[in-house]
Amino acid sequence: MMHTPDGFINAVTSVGAGGVAIGTMGVAVRRTRELLGERQVPLAALTAAFIFAVQMLNFPVASGTSGHLLGGVLAAVLVGPWTGAICVAVVLVVQGLLFADGGLSALGLNIVNMSLVGAIGGYLIFTAIRRLLPRSLREVDAVIALIAGVAAFLSVPLAAAAFTAEFAIGGNADIGVTTVAWAMIGTHVLIGAGEGVITALAVGAVLASRPDLVHAVESSAGPLELRPQEVTA
Amino acid sequence: MAATAAAPRNGRVLWAAGLVVALLLAGIASFYASSQPDGLEKVAGDKGFLATAEDHALADSPLADYGVADVDDARLSVGLAGLLGVTATLTVGGAIFWLARRRDGESASSATT
Repeated sequence: MMHTPDGFINAVTSVGAGGVAIGTMGVAVRRTRELLGERQVPLAALTAAFIFAVQMLNFPVASGTSGHLLGGVLAAVLVGPWTGAICVAVVLVVQGLLFADGGLSALGLNIVNMSLVGAIGGYLIFTAIRRLLPRSLREVDAVIALIAGVAAFLSVPLAAAAFTAEFAIGGNADIGVTTVAWAMIGTHVLIGAGEGVITALAVGAVLASRPDLVHAVESSAGPLELRPQEVTA
Repeated sequence: MAATAAAPRNGRVLWAAGLVVALLLAGIASFYASSQPDGLEKVAGDKGFLATAEDHALADSPLADYGVADVDDARLSVGLAGLLGVTATLTVGGAIFWLARRRDGESASSATT
């Protein structure tokens, strides 16, 4: 996992990340209050539960390393970036409190890396790529699933870069940041490939059965529901 | 591309299917997950900062490291932990999203997921 344990990053940086995490969640809750309809509540909760399940499934990548889905882009595409960010944070809280996975003092760091950077940052990549495509293509289900996969792939090394930044600011070990950066990003490019494939398949499966439930589709096509200031193509 | 008329029922089917898949993945497939170090742990080991990791404050909790304390069978232990985790995440997520939902009296179709 990319779950930072206690001790890697010093207290000041961890507390700072905690503040950023709280701020992010504050905005996310406010935006969710504007956007998440009652009928979407079960899907949002299921998205969180699904990410928890898939995060248990570490798949092998090169040379004695494993990785698992982070799920940020998956959640963001399905239920919207802000609600998706809450999904990932809920998973991190459950993992930290119930399963001793991800340090408690590092919870803010982990929310920054996987929820803020992974889900919201990943979603920005998703929208950016989608905007580059001609209108005729960007509403095609297979294309949306594919873009979600590409954004998910990129979101993993991006989250690894976020960890590296935290390490640069407040790493407790005296090790060159460039060394850590290359190792983190290199390893997580491989893990990102898995993230991309799983995300594309999962988004594709939901699109095939209930495209209207997919935020990324609904928000770009839907005259029925008003989605003010939403960053979607 | 579901027909609009079939949409409500189909939505419940999708939800139930998603839940079943999540329970199967966490309850059964999780046993077969790779136990190799993850990306961060591997890098920390290779680059020499793994030793700065501290024990988790709740390392002795009954579900620590995705196993149920006192359940000796590894398959059962991780499977139960997975089922509990999915249930807990669904419950906590459901509660949060219910509290943070939009309140504007949606149309009558609002109860159909």
